[in-house]
Amino acid sequence: MPSHDVLVIGAGLAGQRAALAAAEQGVSVGIVSKVHPVRSHSNAAQGGINAALNPEDTWESHAYDTVKGSDYLGDQDAIEVMCREAPEEILYLEHLGVTFHRNEEGKLGTRAFGGASAARTYYVADITGQAIMHVLYEQLMKYSEQITRYEEWFCSSLAIDEKGECCGVVTRNVADGSMQLFGAKSVILATGGDGQIWKPTTNALICTGDGIAMAYRAGAKLMDMEMIQYHPTTLAGKGFLITEGARGEGAHLLNKNGERFMERDAPNKMELASRDVVSRAEQTEINEGRGFPDGTVALDITVVPKKRIHEALREIVLVGRDFAGVDITREPIHIKPGNHYTMGGVKTDIEGRTDIPGLYAAGETACVSVHGGNRLGANSLLDTLIFGKHSGRDAAARALRTDWSKPSEKVLEDEQNLIDDINGREKGSGRRVSEIKLELGQTMDKHVAVFRDEAGITEALETVRRLKEEAKSAYIDDHGQVFNQDLMAAIELTYMLDCAECSCVAALERKESRGAQTRTDFPERNDEEWLKHIDLERTEDGPEISYSEVTITQWQPEARTY
Amino acid sequence: MADYTIKVRRYQPESGEPAYWEEFNVELEPSLSVLDGLLQTKDRTDGSLAVRCSCRAAICGSCGMKINGQSGLGCKTQIGEAQALADKKAAAVGGASEGNVITIEPMGNQPVIKDLVTDMESTHWEKFRRVTPWLLPAGTPPEREYIVEPESMIDITQSMACIQCGACVSSCLSMEADPLFIGPAALAKAYRFVGDPRDAETSERLTDLAHDPHGIYDCTHCFSCIDACPKGVAPMDQIMRLRRKAGEAGIEDPNSGHSHEMAFVKIIEKKGTLDESMLLQESFAPGVLGKLMPTKRAIKEMIGSLPTAIRGIKTGKMRSLPKLIPGIHHKLPGGAQDEVKAIYKHAEAHNEEFNLYIKGEEGDEEAAVQEGLEPDAADYLPTGADKEASNG
Repeated sequence: MPSHDVLVIGAGLAGQRAALAAAEQGVSVGIVSKVHPVRSHSNAAQGGINAALNPEDTWESHAYDTVKGSDYLGDQDAIEVMCREAPEEILYLEHLGVTFHRNEEGKLGTRAFGGASAARTYYVADITGQAIMHVLYEQLMKYSEQITRYEEWFCSSLAIDEKGECCGVVTRNVADGSMQLFGAKSVILATGGDGQIWKPTTNALICTGDGIAMAYRAGAKLMDMEMIQYHPTTLAGKGFLITEGARGEGAHLLNKNGERFMERDAPNKMELASRDVVSRAEQTEINEGRGFPDGTVALDITVVPKKRIHEALREIVLVGRDFAGVDITREPIHIKPGNHYTMGGVKTDIEGRTDIPGLYAAGETACVSVHGGNRLGANSLLDTLIFGKHSGRDAAARALRTDWSKPSEKVLEDEQNLIDDINGREKGSGRRVSEIKLELGQTMDKHVAVFRDEAGITEALETVRRLKEEAKSAYIDDHGQVFNQDLMAAIELTYMLDCAECSCVAALERKESRGAQTRTDFPERNDEEWLKHIDLERTEDGPEISYSEVTITQWQPEARTY
Repeated sequence: MADYTIKVRRYQPESGEPAYWEEFNVELEPSLSVLDGLLQTKDRTDGSLAVRCSCRAAICGSCGMKINGQSGLGCKTQIGEAQALADKKAAAVGGASEGNVITIEPMGNQPVIKDLVTDMESTHWEKFRRVTPWLLPAGTPPEREYIVEPESMIDITQSMACIQCGACVSSCLSMEADPLFIGPAALAKAYRFVGDPRDAETSERLTDLAHDPHGIYDCTHCFSCIDACPKGVAPMDQIMRLRRKAGEAGIEDPNSGHSHEMAFVKIIEKKGTLDESMLLQESFAPGVLGKLMPTKRAIKEMIGSLPTAIRGIKTGKMRSLPKLIPGIHHKLPGGAQDEVKAIYKHAEAHNEEFNLYIKGEEGDEEAAVQEGLEPDAADYLPTGADKEASNG
């Protein structure tokens, strides 16, 4: 059985950073990813990464912006750690070789971003996530003696020993379908978010909530699952992302009458208010008939100098041209709020520890919680790196003081039985996996989106529970071993349904409007009753709700205006 | 909505059958992608159709494939455009001008694992690792960031824009002839370090890539990779930059690749067309002095080239007298040679890289005009956008 002191599941930014941090401690590390690491979804982070690195800027200012952006649901101790360590992390990346944009003096240059009181976003054109992730992958190759890469291995469940500690995982080698039990002293889940639950979404097809669901099934608590970010600028229908960097560079949002409607909702920050604020303003324009007939408003990038667009927003030029047939340097592009990010996830402490000893989570999979009710743009890359690093280090430290615990072969057998069961379902035994996935996506986008109410969320929850039943008999076409994507999709669907159920339950439970959760039946924020996290734990009858305190260090909740 | 027929090259390794073609009908908006067509097929008709894909937005690099014979990304190719191309290709050889099938095949130069899924590990990633793909800075890093020319970072961002999709590898003609060729993607990656002022091993890297018989001089300038690249990385340009830098650094490669290139340049400048009889000696013993006092290596190389020259004569490739006797090859008639020289002069005066991140689209001079600057001057001026941004 292959064994590593630290086993990282997922090889986006959080996973790769965790692997490097663990390897620095001298332990053996394995990193497992269902796709080749450079295909991971961290690629899609375009705009940049926040850090108070300029001498005029302070980490406190960054932290305050983050707390305010979170609508005071973020845990301030964790936010302080993230913002304090951000400058050092940028320099670490720069020294590794990230080709950050420079100012005229040849020093690191910044751009403005939403919800921030200073221009503190460091960037590589509009391919920041890709540029950082490819550089981290360079380092994985450089340290290949300490870090073993399992590329295109699908992780399907966790092994928990009799003491209740995580001691390994079950995986499937995608290339040949062989099943393998891995032993580990620490396991770090870094599998990204679950955006595929919504349709459309900016998220990649691989973002199916694998880590969140595996942890939940193993008994770890989830937190803030109702907090789902709708990004203000996505292409209608396809859900492709137009970076917030466009507004950072000065682009305007206009309704069909050509009005800059953000003047009404955020007179000071305008288009650069927090994402929840901008998305709500857009959706209001659309709902009240001031949008375009295709259910959109316009993003006008033509106000940005053309030369600057080519240098700093090149990817968006390509997205506009290839996917919308629009030359953004000459005409406005139609956009709408679209599903983008899961603020919630597996509940962890600052070191990435979950409720299960030996099990860690980092990045979008985890909820530390630094984003609370709403994540600021360019804080997600930072979250992945800072808490990837913390998890990697703590997981390594745990491995150094822990004895091996051999995972039971039974976990492997159970998994094989499950796969045999899926493979045994004949055509017509139930619905197609893809049909269920489509209904799930449309339901969630209709009812658990920018504006929500009890009736809608209840309908969504009922649908999700019905789909969970239907998924048990859903059939696939491919019964082979080699590259069986059909089988993986069937397993991923069950992850997605678990996550969706949790999001619905939490959204129904929070009877107030805060951050990304806007309840039209409870339109106000209610600090008296709801300044607290909703935690969810799996039971046979569905998620069981409990609450936990929000950690407040120095910023008391106040009214939130931009 | 429109109906399309996609014809997919399939291979199911567990069936024991060889690869075969299968047609599927799909119904899509023309602006949706070929990948959308494949995904619709998977969702509705046959879930066993294997294709790597993830982001659907040309960022992750998973869905490299050949569409109507051309390498690219499935997600970035609109199905309406693919149909138009299929029709155009068919019509060009006398076929119907509409209703043709869109052919979809796995990438070339890579063994197929299943359907459209290829083995990139053995054909791409192994070569990728061959170029030592990580930064090798000197000494300990500075306390703050490295201070570097802003343009240098923008310059190598072009190769950082590579998403490792393998489309260039798929289309590479040199790799078809020499499977050991390091290849366009890995060499573009190499330039990312050679062009990075923070890297301290520039010379070692260049020497390594110039001395490898399957290295930078293995590229034949065919432009296929530039054509195939969905991200404007222009791998061939990066290879040419590596060659130029190697040449400038005086790295003498065993293939005499650099001096061979320079011989071409010199002969055309002088004569307008290629004087093949001059090519050998100019490549191995350039200049008058070189001819009078050829180095041992030059003599060896020239003698070694004799069989090739004789084959050229035998097969009739070099049959006229002027092609056999060095130096008497004709010049261009009239003032044409002066025009060739003018081209050289112009090229030398505009000896700058074509970099999408610096210049924008080709021929796109509007931005410069807007700023009231001459296009050439504006291309390399810092934008001052940092200042603008920090006011926002």
